[in-house]
Amino acid sequence: MLVYTARRLAVAIPVLLAASVLVFLMVDLSGDPLADMRLAQPPPSEEAIAAAEARYYLDRSTPERYWLWMTGIGGNGDIGLLQGEFGPSVRGGAFDIGEQLASGISVTLRLVSAALVFALGLAVISGVVSAMRQYSKLDYTLTFIGFLALAMPTFWLGALIREGGLVFNQSTGTSFFFTIGANSARVGNMTNWEYFLDSAGHLVLPTITLMLTSYAAWSRYQRTSMLEVLNSDYVRLARSKGVRNSVVVRRHALRTALIPLVTVATIGFVGIIEGVVITETIFQWRGLGYFFIEAVRAQDAFALMSWLMLSGTLVVVANLIADILYGVLDPRIRYE
Amino acid sequence: MSDIDSRTASGKGPAGLPAGGDVNRGEELSQVRMVWRRFRRHRAAMVSLVFLGLITAFAFVGPFVWPWDHTVSRDILGNQPPSLQHPFGTTNQGNDVFAQTMRGTQQSLKVALTVAVLSTVIGSVWGAVAGYYRGRVDAIMMRVVDVFLIVPLIVAVAAINGNVRGGTTWYAVALIMCLFSWATIARVVRGVVLSLREQEFIEAARAVGARASRIIFRHLLPNAAGPIIVAATLLVAVAVLTEAALSFIGFGIQPPDISLGKMVEGSRTAAFTRPWLFYPPGILIVMICLTINFIGDGLRDALDPRQTMVRR
Repeated sequence: MLVYTARRLAVAIPVLLAASVLVFLMVDLSGDPLADMRLAQPPPSEEAIAAAEARYYLDRSTPERYWLWMTGIGGNGDIGLLQGEFGPSVRGGAFDIGEQLASGISVTLRLVSAALVFALGLAVISGVVSAMRQYSKLDYTLTFIGFLALAMPTFWLGALIREGGLVFNQSTGTSFFFTIGANSARVGNMTNWEYFLDSAGHLVLPTITLMLTSYAAWSRYQRTSMLEVLNSDYVRLARSKGVRNSVVVRRHALRTALIPLVTVATIGFVGIIEGVVITETIFQWRGLGYFFIEAVRAQDAFALMSWLMLSGTLVVVANLIADILYGVLDPRIRYE
Repeated sequence: MSDIDSRTASGKGPAGLPAGGDVNRGEELSQVRMVWRRFRRHRAAMVSLVFLGLITAFAFVGPFVWPWDHTVSRDILGNQPPSLQHPFGTTNQGNDVFAQTMRGTQQSLKVALTVAVLSTVIGSVWGAVAGYYRGRVDAIMMRVVDVFLIVPLIVAVAAINGNVRGGTTWYAVALIMCLFSWATIARVVRGVVLSLREQEFIEAARAVGARASRIIFRHLLPNAAGPIIVAATLLVAVAVLTEAALSFIGFGIQPPDISLGKMVEGSRTAAFTRPWLFYPPGILIVMICLTINFIGDGLRDALDPRQTMVRR
């Protein structure tokens, strides 16, 4: 097991390195962070432009810049991913990329974990129910909802949910649904419990928005794998031995049927990252999605690269966890 | 023997062959017809096909028939509710929303089809080569695929599009999307090819001395057509959603051109006050994706012989 994990790690690191090259080239070749400055009226002096180029390392060649960005050797001490420096932001010295990323993570993590928990939980429940009552009205309804949710664009649904919340608030004269931000400004007399409740309230609508697509895909997989298991020989054997139905379903069938979901859910993790960007835009959260959009708007190359590397690392780690979980859950898989 | 196999599957029998060739043509036709017959039995897929046809006609033929186009016109009163002249109302600036919807749908379909076709071609060849050679070639090629799959599609395209100043047109969006979507197809095709290459007809082809390129293009890819078609169909739906989401966050097709995502972005606060602005683009996206998903489902049933054995 340990050897296996180590080997997976050994594969993950080169992949991550290659991803860093891709990310770097993608951002570096597609735009010029100083485009705004060069086009400014009145035009800035040549010295000012040269100073800015030196400041953002644009006076070096592309391979040199990549080397700098990764290691920071030969830089001004503000660059080098391996040293924990993310590079200078074109939005000025006050904008520290590392700090901003960290504060973004703490906000976004809430949303992502809530969405993951609910999407997985609901997907398992509705998948299992669908499989056990195959071709019933309930099965057809759940299947149809799944298909619909898969075809539904997150941003449209999110906008609809948000407006729905607003209209509900207006018509009842309350502020039952929170539609802006991750939490209210913390007033002096707010207790921790109130603050927690407030944050949870702000989570409701964005979580529904973010989880729906994943839920739809995962519940389909869960239904298929549950059906496969329910029709398998060992489940038939358990039934013929007279084991109670609930025990068969819970102990014999469900356990096995959960295994494929691990893989599917990790592949779907990429989708969650995409969803976060959109959901945060709609509900005006100041998390990682907001960070990303602002970085693109400002053509902040180093911020953008850092963000892409962070998301890439998360995906790789998710894949790694899936591989390991797979081994733990499925006793048939033995790694030597 | 292997040659006959591939010809029947690929549907590219060279013309002017002796009698044997003609026999092949007959078989090949009946195979397509068989798939079509199985497909027709899938009711949801058939209904979807009709709907998708209507949507396509609406998007591509509609603009020639409809008196307005998607741009601002001086003859249009701004901010009007639906009327006979403007079935979906008008925007504040004075655009006919019906014409905008047509144009937006057209852009979505163009982007999606380009992405699907190009990605499928690139991904199929990539996956087939990796699966055919196996070993180190396969390992390196699939690691490349892994790398491209790490970066989420929307995010990657947004990062590039947002960096490129001066507006992005539909084909630029499509090409950049291709760059990050061929990898999924490559993965699917490689899996299929890995199992296909162990079959006798490939062994026979190798035995008669066929070159690798011939085996890949004439034998492996045509026989992997089923899974490739299904994956490509599903990619169309993904591309529609991605393009719309990109336009929504402002990094897709740029004004003065319009796309469905852009329309939703412009009307996102109007869901309850002026629903005629908000619902048409959203419902069209849902309809396109829903129909394509059903068609993909139908194709899977029609092309996968295992499934049809059960059904018969």
